[in-house]
Amino acid sequence: MKHVAVIDYGMGNLHSVAKALEHVGKGIKVSITADPSVLTAADRLVFPGVGAMRDCMSEIKRLCIDEILREQVKQKPVLAICVGMQALMQSSEENGGVNCIGLFAGKVRRFQDHMTDADGQLLKVPHMGWNRVKQTKAHPMWRSIADNDRFYFVHSYYVDPDTQAEIVGTTDYPAPFCSAMARKNVFAVQFHPEKSQRNGLQLLENFLSWNGQS
Amino acid sequence: MSLAKRIIPCLDCDNGRVVKGVKFMDIRDAGDPVEISKRYCDQGADEITFLDITASSGERSTTIHTVEAIASQVFIPLTVGGGIRKLQDIRNMLNAGADKVGINTSAVLNPEFVREAAERFGSQCIVVAIDAKSVSKPGEPKRWEIFTHGGRNPTGLEAIAWAKKMVSYGAGEILLTSMDRDGTKSGFDLELNLAISEAVSVPVIASGGVGSLQDLVDGILIGKADAVLAASIFHFAEFTIPQAKQYMRERGVEMR
Repeated sequence: MKHVAVIDYGMGNLHSVAKALEHVGKGIKVSITADPSVLTAADRLVFPGVGAMRDCMSEIKRLCIDEILREQVKQKPVLAICVGMQALMQSSEENGGVNCIGLFAGKVRRFQDHMTDADGQLLKVPHMGWNRVKQTKAHPMWRSIADNDRFYFVHSYYVDPDTQAEIVGTTDYPAPFCSAMARKNVFAVQFHPEKSQRNGLQLLENFLSWNGQS
Repeated sequence: MSLAKRIIPCLDCDNGRVVKGVKFMDIRDAGDPVEISKRYCDQGADEITFLDITASSGERSTTIHTVEAIASQVFIPLTVGGGIRKLQDIRNMLNAGADKVGINTSAVLNPEFVREAAERFGSQCIVVAIDAKSVSKPGEPKRWEIFTHGGRNPTGLEAIAWAKKMVSYGAGEILLTSMDRDGTKSGFDLELNLAISEAVSVPVIASGGVGSLQDLVDGILIGKADAVLAASIFHFAEFTIPQAKQYMRERGVEMR
């Protein structure tokens, strides 16, 4: 039986991710946990996140999630979502500056205030709602998902990876930002697959059949 | 621009049933919240908002149970409002599967609560619900004030200044309801909506008064809302969500 562990560091809505995984992976086991032995035993890991980065990182460090992740990404597929994706970077501008896990080179930046679109309309921050994801690189996680289709976003910060080759999806707001990145066993998305209806459920289904390392 | 405008069906719930009143009175039963949420999600709703309109402390367990049931079947964002008073209430709703919480009366009674909530859980999940009513006399410049307790209690707070203050305290979104229009089917208060939308940096959801599909278009194109919220036109099957989306798309509104 496949066993997915959703990493629980006390922040946000983990049950949504777990329920969506159970919905697409009939008969799989989904654990919501911070227990190192369960995280080590699971076939694959989901690293979600909602909330303020300072609080997230302080819990991640207290529970040694950063150390566990550094080891586990060598062993099995990992899907990072939203603040989980952001936490993989070296640092974030949020809360006056926070050091993050540093698995990916680059920073987490805030959208500018007073951005406007081509028609001069004010773009609100947080970037909230259904926006398009351009698949800038082929990846098994994009299987059966149309290029430029919509996913649900809600965030004020976005990742800016130093390594362009790690970007696998971009979204315009109004300039393109990295909405999906990948390296070896890690696939990370800024949007919320668990809240993106059909496309999001397809991505989660793809994750359950992805063997990583591509 | 590729970010779509959102249609958000709203479920006003009283003790586990969806109800909808006219100007916050005269309540009609509209059905089971889980069934209704699932139907809207299948039809292409962009989010669901669940407002617990009784929210007396004894019935919180009913709400949590309903939110859990909706969240296990509906894979689009879910906002839960009504009776959110403490950080623990927010934690409970997020754990039950809500993505955002709506804070209304508690924000008025204690604005610091909004700041604490945004710092703890992030602005993205803090929706400040504003119930505003026009208080200017004919001929005077427009002025709206905030009301609490389902529109019963005036606060003396001016709506635009209040919305700005809530955003500066960390609100990630404003759910703006016109008390004058709610339940009347005479359209959004577009002047109110435009005034608030232009005053704040965060998304604004227009609410209160939708009676036709053109009202939804006007809320976005004239009121500059980022999302439109409606209840009765969908609950009583006057229009379906696909009909609404098609109508809006044909009039130049970007839709999913």
